[in-house]
Amino acid sequence: MTRLLMVGAIVLTTAAVAWAGMEDDDEPRSGRVPRPVITEPIKGERCVEDEAYMRRNHMKLLDHHRDETVLRGIRTKKYSLKECINCHASEKTGSVATAKEDFCVSCHSYAAVRIDCFDCHSTKPQGPIAKYPPSAEPTHYKHEIDGGAQ
Amino acid sequence: MNEPKPMSDNAPVSPERRRFIGAATATAAGLTLVPGVMLIEVAHGRPDDQAASSAVRWGMLVDANQCATGCDDCVTACSTENGWTPVAESTHPTQAPQWIRKLELQDPLTQMETNLPMMCQHCAEPPCVDVCPTGASFKRADGIVLVNRHTCIGCRYCMMACPYKARSLVHESLNDTQKADVPRGIGCVESCTFCVQKVDRGDGTTACVEACTAAGHNALVFGDMNDPESEISKRLRELPTKQVRADLNLNLGVRYHGI
Repeated sequence: MTRLLMVGAIVLTTAAVAWAGMEDDDEPRSGRVPRPVITEPIKGERCVEDEAYMRRNHMKLLDHHRDETVLRGIRTKKYSLKECINCHASEKTGSVATAKEDFCVSCHSYAAVRIDCFDCHSTKPQGPIAKYPPSAEPTHYKHEIDGGAQ
Repeated sequence: MNEPKPMSDNAPVSPERRRFIGAATATAAGLTLVPGVMLIEVAHGRPDDQAASSAVRWGMLVDANQCATGCDDCVTACSTENGWTPVAESTHPTQAPQWIRKLELQDPLTQMETNLPMMCQHCAEPPCVDVCPTGASFKRADGIVLVNRHTCIGCRYCMMACPYKARSLVHESLNDTQKADVPRGIGCVESCTFCVQKVDRGDGTTACVEACTAAGHNALVFGDMNDPESEISKRLRELPTKQVRADLNLNLGVRYHGI
């Protein structure tokens, strides 16, 4: 009986250690499955929507906005691809889709979703990247202050 | 009685006074109903969140008499503003996109030479829109004819339908050399956009017109043809102008004087 209990205790402890080990393994690994590296944006503190919402729905927002802009000439900044690029361009490459770690590419290669946005759109903000210091206020904030115009 | 001396026309206007006059005119121009909604919108300063309106029709007047022989400032300015490689610098000149080109014409009987820039004529009834199988070629409410590159399949029907040879296909990958304001890419047809990015910004002019004015030729005028007070409308009222291939009845947005 005592032996059985001891075996049980050992099994449980091992399982707990293993579990804890799994919990700890939260950082990007350089193992067989590369995790996306999500770099902090070069300016602004928050995105136009929650991070979780953006991860799931950014393509819908961009699709809607592109039609409004191209067909009707509505050029609001909040969901504009240009503004995404202005904030998320990498400090190193100055682009959102040149190097593997750049903002758009790092997730899209992980998710195996090929995007052709950058066949036509520039991946870099207009002007030098130094124009956008980390403390700079993103233009889309202004729209929220103005009454949440899209 | 001492009348206050009227201010001479040459008197320098102080910046404060300028700002005050500007603000007063802006208030007078539009009657505010509720915050953000104006009864009369000024066409040139369209807000970001407002769609292009059919109350405006953008157009251009080309004065071929003023257009200088050998000058291609308008072409250079267009390529700089919109990021297309000038034909002379292209590795494949026969395929190179051309949004605007200079033509030199000669009357075979009289030997008279005429100079003029040729680009998309922004027809009111554009044949390129009629033939497009995907609806990518379209006319915006304010008369600017554009290609929606998101739906263009590069079939080039529009290039064949255009009587002005105004459109080009991008044959080669542009490798991220595009301007942030002017997306363009391989496999899509493109042409003059009347500098739509500048128009939407409220500049009220195009790169070619700016260059022509800066060079002192003043051969190009851009503006709203629906506004009777605009410079282009006034000039169109005074000058005899022609539409190229007027027989096609396309109601062009670009009018020529002196051809």
